[in-house]
Amino acid sequence: MKYMALIYVNPNTLTPPDSPEFGKMMGGYQAANETYKRDGVWVAGDALQPSATATTVRVRNGKTETMDGPFAETKEQLGGYYIFDCANLDEAIRYASMIPHAATGCVEVRPIMVFDR
Amino acid sequence: MGESPAAAPVAEAIDRIARQDGGRLLSSLVGSLRDFQLAEDSLQDALESALIHWNRNGLPAAPNAWLMQVARRKAIDRLRRSANFQAKSAEIAHLIDMENGSATVDEPDPIGDERLKLIFACCHPALDRKTCVALTLRSVCGLKTEDIADAYLDGHEAMAQRLVRARHKIVKAGIAYEVPGPDGWAARLESVLAVVYLIFNEGYASGSALHIRADLCEEAIRLGRLLTGLRPGEPEIEGLLALMLLHHARRAARLGAAGEILTLEAQDRRLWDRTEISEGVALIEQALGRRRPGAYQLQAAIIAVHAEAASFAETDWQQIAWLYAELSHMADNPVYELNRIVAVSYVDGPAAALACLKPIALALVQYQPFYAVQADLLARDGQIDQAGVAYARAIELSQSEAEKRFLSQRLEALGRRSAIAPA
Repeated sequence: MKYMALIYVNPNTLTPPDSPEFGKMMGGYQAANETYKRDGVWVAGDALQPSATATTVRVRNGKTETMDGPFAETKEQLGGYYIFDCANLDEAIRYASMIPHAATGCVEVRPIMVFDR
Repeated sequence: MGESPAAAPVAEAIDRIARQDGGRLLSSLVGSLRDFQLAEDSLQDALESALIHWNRNGLPAAPNAWLMQVARRKAIDRLRRSANFQAKSAEIAHLIDMENGSATVDEPDPIGDERLKLIFACCHPALDRKTCVALTLRSVCGLKTEDIADAYLDGHEAMAQRLVRARHKIVKAGIAYEVPGPDGWAARLESVLAVVYLIFNEGYASGSALHIRADLCEEAIRLGRLLTGLRPGEPEIEGLLALMLLHHARRAARLGAAGEILTLEAQDRRLWDRTEISEGVALIEQALGRRRPGAYQLQAAIIAVHAEAASFAETDWQQIAWLYAELSHMADNPVYELNRIVAVSYVDGPAAALACLKPIALALVQYQPFYAVQADLLARDGQIDQAGVAYARAIELSQSEAEKRFLSQRLEALGRRSAIAPA
């Protein structure tokens, strides 16, 4: 079963890139990535540019409207994601809890929908 | 459209089977169908069908086997009717294979017991606690949705929706239908035990006001017995069962004539159920003998000390203080420390106990029992005015009418005491 782990972080409390904590955090991601690949659960994973770079698209009455920024004003914003291939939810939760930002932000784990033919 | 006179006994028999064997039938169906909602729906179909057929022909020789076979066929029907027939054809073929290979209805009891898997699925930490409670009562205990809704003062429709959502989540989110292995065992068991104890406490705290809620205690004990049977030798399961039995043994003595809560001190110990106490004590001794202590075992051990004391005055407070210290150490919960302090007050006196309260005062600033304990200690130490202030705060924080009445009586007793006390 495939699961998406959505990593939510508070942009105001992100670790600055020039701090020693940043190196530690990145090291944490590297270690997690290695585990995911070694265990064969890795499908995909990326960090996202800050939400200020986002464009929200919607189509109303056939007309495409765009808006600057993320759709919702929330304190925690989507900062990155993984897709894991796991046997069950417990396994997905175990891998999601290895994501360094799980310790400061939160990670939403959702099964990926499989459409019946 | 009136039911025939014979309908009542058959309906009763079906209700009885649903209560006694519903969990086992459902657990086995979920195992073969791999779809919680489909299993639930098919079992309901089978029970409805039973009402018609059994009324006509009487009860079959092996009612459970009959129900299982019908439920499997109903599942095939439901799958055939579903919109995505193409995608389901493999599942249907598998079910038909199973159906052909399965035991005949004449065999007495061909149904396996997968209730442990069912319990772990129902109590999965990815579901919220209230949902776990409702799902466990419905699926494992075979309670009716309406009764669960009534017990938790919820609308029938809302409760039914909650159950449907939960079953869908179990299927869609990939909550495993299996007993967790060694690495997940401790955390998952904790979740199961927490749900069972929540059911017990819901019944216990409600007192006698609502009958159905008092029944929840018995339901929780039944679950505890089921768990000890399905996984023998697990000390925390034994600890929880012992804890519930020992609490439950005191039910007849817990409330006074006017429905007021009686403290341990005021309870008539002759009303305690000695059979349940001996069972609880034997169970906790057996659990502790396994040398893997846990929070439920320690709590049960504490209640066992109380249960075995001939009177309040003869309680082994030293032992209770030690057990609470162990608990507090294990769980880092200020409430355990508060209870330890109460025990200390009977060993070293109220003044010594009052001194221990300060470090936990901040953590328990909104906790009613903290002020009730403080008030009691102050009163016993002769500080009547401060005791009055603490009782008033406890009353203010209390959520329950019975509790408020109890605290107000203590406060009034204090007034009488200060009136006669020398200035």
